[in-house]
Amino acid sequence: MSPTGPLFYLTLLPFVAAVLVMLGSPARLVSRIFSGVLLALTLALCVQYDRAAGGMAFGSELPVSESLDLSLRFGADGLSLAMLLLTAIVTVAAVWVIPPMQDRENLFYACVMLISGGVVGAFASTDVLFFYAFHEVALIPTFILIGLWGSGDRRVAAWKATIYLGAGSFVLLLGILGVYLNLPDGVRTFDMTFWRNLPQMQPDFSLPHWVYWLLLIGFGTLISLFPFHSWAPQAYASAPTPAAMLHAGVLKKFGLYGMLRILVPLFPEAMEQYLNIFLILLCGNILYIGLVTIAQKRLDWMLGYSSVMHMGYIFLGIAALNEISLSGAALLMVAHGLSIAACFAVCGVVRERTGTLEFADLGGLAKPMPRLGLLFGFAAMASVGLPGFANFPGELMVFFGAVGAGEVFGPGFTPSAIQIAAIVAVWGVVISAVYMLRAYRRVFFGSMPERWARLADVPVFTRYAVILLVVALMVVGFLPQLLLQYVTPSVLP
Amino acid sequence: MAPWILLFTPLVMAAAILFVGLRSKTLAAALAIGGALVTCVISWWLFLQPDPITAKIDWINLGAILGPNAPVDFAVPIGLSIDALAKSMLVIVCTIAPLVFIYSLGYMAHEEGYCRYFAGLSLFLFSMLGIVLADNFVMMFIFWELVGVSSYILIGHYFRRDSAAEASKQAFTVNRIGDFGFMLGILMFWLSTGTFVFADLAVENAPALATLGASPFWLATACVLVFCGTIGKSAQMPLHVWLPNSMEGPTPVSSLLHAATMVAAGVYLLARLFPVLEGSPGALTVIGWVGGITCFAAGLMGIQQNDIKRILAYSTISQLGYMVLGIAVAPLAGVAMFHLFTHAFFKCLLFLCSGSVILGMHHKQDIWEMGGLKNKMPVTFVTMVIGGLALMGFPYVTSGFYSKDLIIEFAYEAGWPWFLLALGGVFLTAMYTTRLLVVVFFGGPRSEEAKKAHESPAVMLFALVMLSIPAICAGFPPIQKRFFEIDHPHHLPGWVPIAIMVVLAVGIVATILLYRGGPKKDPVLIPFFANRLYIDAIYAQIVRWAQDGTAGALRFFDRWFIDGICVTFGAKLVSAFGFTLRFLQVGNIQAYAFFFGAGVVALLYFLVAR
Repeated sequence: MSPTGPLFYLTLLPFVAAVLVMLGSPARLVSRIFSGVLLALTLALCVQYDRAAGGMAFGSELPVSESLDLSLRFGADGLSLAMLLLTAIVTVAAVWVIPPMQDRENLFYACVMLISGGVVGAFASTDVLFFYAFHEVALIPTFILIGLWGSGDRRVAAWKATIYLGAGSFVLLLGILGVYLNLPDGVRTFDMTFWRNLPQMQPDFSLPHWVYWLLLIGFGTLISLFPFHSWAPQAYASAPTPAAMLHAGVLKKFGLYGMLRILVPLFPEAMEQYLNIFLILLCGNILYIGLVTIAQKRLDWMLGYSSVMHMGYIFLGIAALNEISLSGAALLMVAHGLSIAACFAVCGVVRERTGTLEFADLGGLAKPMPRLGLLFGFAAMASVGLPGFANFPGELMVFFGAVGAGEVFGPGFTPSAIQIAAIVAVWGVVISAVYMLRAYRRVFFGSMPERWARLADVPVFTRYAVILLVVALMVVGFLPQLLLQYVTPSVLP
Repeated sequence: MAPWILLFTPLVMAAAILFVGLRSKTLAAALAIGGALVTCVISWWLFLQPDPITAKIDWINLGAILGPNAPVDFAVPIGLSIDALAKSMLVIVCTIAPLVFIYSLGYMAHEEGYCRYFAGLSLFLFSMLGIVLADNFVMMFIFWELVGVSSYILIGHYFRRDSAAEASKQAFTVNRIGDFGFMLGILMFWLSTGTFVFADLAVENAPALATLGASPFWLATACVLVFCGTIGKSAQMPLHVWLPNSMEGPTPVSSLLHAATMVAAGVYLLARLFPVLEGSPGALTVIGWVGGITCFAAGLMGIQQNDIKRILAYSTISQLGYMVLGIAVAPLAGVAMFHLFTHAFFKCLLFLCSGSVILGMHHKQDIWEMGGLKNKMPVTFVTMVIGGLALMGFPYVTSGFYSKDLIIEFAYEAGWPWFLLALGGVFLTAMYTTRLLVVVFFGGPRSEEAKKAHESPAVMLFALVMLSIPAICAGFPPIQKRFFEIDHPHHLPGWVPIAIMVVLAVGIVATILLYRGGPKKDPVLIPFFANRLYIDAIYAQIVRWAQDGTAGALRFFDRWFIDGICVTFGAKLVSAFGFTLRFLQVGNIQAYAFFFGAGVVALLYFLVAR
């Protein structure tokens, strides 16, 4: 296998941009060009990918350590490509929403491009250690962005996110090492493809269950699985808009992607054994966090919690573990990434224009800012799972998959645990309508405090950014089959 | 191809208005009305086709992706099925819609958000056509949600008014509660039969229903869950509260969405499901009680309202209750659909008349500020009387008589409680309709506006006159035969039809006597009815205490227990042991470096030790 390949260069692209920006080239221009090229190349790779053949493509391998069998391995199948495309779209949108800055503009843009590079690297890696390391690379600039440009209590927020996510990553690393050390002698490798195929090649092979727990808690913390979620709302509320968009939109998908790629294939037995615990936790995400979201008094906190809540649907799709539910989970990963990024982009404009995100201070903003109101409407409707947006087919397939994963209908039918979790998830659709529409109403509708009468409407590039995200959501929403062709063959363990 | 053009024309128009039409009022209106006229022509053409027409594409199809050996075959088609039921419904929707669109030209002429309004109407028409044409549950659910959002947009048209903003939010949320049940019902059908396509669930394809039909409890459960969708969309008790509040929207919207077509979609859904419902007496009992109670209780609430549109809104709820009851009691779905058909015309007419009154009254909606309008607004007066008589079911000369009496007669056969509820509904309908007409059009003017009231522009009167024709004759048997297959009760005692007429006559005469001489307010005030049986107030308390109270408590718990004690205090506790002390003092990047370093150490340790 060649040492470098298209994915190697794709990953390099944002890093080159970051270096160029730090060296003093015009930050905005370079970032926009490089993110645009990133999107174009990712689209080209998606078109090139042979869907009929399936499997990993565009492979490359740059050996790092012979003795550990550690290499910089790249490769992508349908799911990775979908994630890469999501990353590229959100990167473009995030670069577009950055407002003009007086000070340290280059550092800001460099951080954004570094996050993007880290995420692209993670999704393109087929080596578990590099998969992990790329995620760490993306986390550091996120903390810098929060710590330097955050709003509100940014030091506390950055501190907490750092400790919490650092600890989560640490647990995850222990889990990864746990898998590695328990591999049979002679085949110890960090090759993700090998890990995935192991249970099929050696059916009697099994890993100790503490590794499952390490991985579940590690990934779970990064995804904000209940009750390891409390870093998320505060970090998102404090983070500058592009950081919130990238983190909630794509970086969080790292954990879900890791679950699909590592946890699910390696622990079929533990997944089944601890299914009920997992179901309780994900119902915590949907029901408990959903109610907490309703009670939020600020737009940014509300969006942060809503993002935590929506993870519950994806967890349910993973728990149900069949073609329908996993495809739905993959659709939702893309859909959630796009819709939450759009929500945060709009939220950022509201903060910039008014200086507040308290519901009590806002109201009637659709009058001075009709375009922003319309854009938030689209983002909010996508987020509550309205048909026509990508979230709807995702949720629908998760529901069907979860119901189908439970007891088969027959005489004496009683719903099984996962079917009850599915009922909770369907109720979640009501909850998300309650908080999203409340927020929409409190910010954009109703009577308007006089001081907002002269606010300027949404800046032009932010408008394009949100339109880009919404169009992507609607394309998948109208034609989910387009995306399913990529993800469905590659989500199965 | 024609069905696809029919379905997508309004969507294309809505998009076109959004992209190019926002700048020009004329263009926006022209696009919307043009689209509506296209659907009107196509739907009548389809109606005249003798055979059912179907068309289908795959929206989701996992089998096609995974190949022939796929372990699962999950497909959601977007399928159009134009059978007799769909054809009749198409004609109703696509005949009324253009009239309301044209009427809006006059009514909305001086309102803000003119283009947004027409985009919303076009989006609604698209969604409604999707419901009518759907050949499976999931597709119907998709468009069910889309009519919900169009309704949300249109109710909230005057979004700067707090009441309108609240009403639109409430409408969407309450409908979602109904859709919760609807979705579970769809999942239940799919789990037990493996399909959600209507044709596969029909009686002639009984094998699909074999497993579900074998357990009456679960069959009834599945049917009632789907019926929850109807309860939400058709504003049946106990989810009726959103419909009166939806009157915050512009009057043509109330007329098209919240009287004639959208709210009737719930009844259409039941008609679609009728072949399955027939096999579940349990489900029909639930449906019958909900319909019966709704038609009576909404009438009670209606007799003491003061807002002209709210009176009509409660009347709509009540009439929808009749239709739902009709599904439960009649041997054919055509009976309920027949009432849907006549109701669509006369209720649309009544709302458009009320819009004309409101415009003439300079946007006053309280009937106690009106009075004596019959001379100032003669066309509106005559057409509204026609609509009112049809609503009451005035014998022989109005459409409502034929359709409503049929349902009441079937209710008699089904049992006394439902018959009495339906008969009580007749009395109440006579009361609130007569009260409305007498107070608004007779007596002397009660306000300055009423003195200066004027007749509405011709473009609005055109719609009123056009609609009064079907309001009179849509129920006549020759027309009914062309649209619906119905049956008549076979063992009906001769006194039942007479009893209905007597009750009606007593209601009308009593109300006229009560309200004669132009009183300034209700001679008899019943707070229990005027306050809508206190149901809205109870719900407000439930939302406040049960939902927001719980949510607030959990928010507190999340902040102070999970985040405060478990996480922050936990971290501090660890730091007290000195383990993390150093990096806590030197900032977060170092902290991060610590974890990274710890990871590397752990890695090296394992690699050396292995």
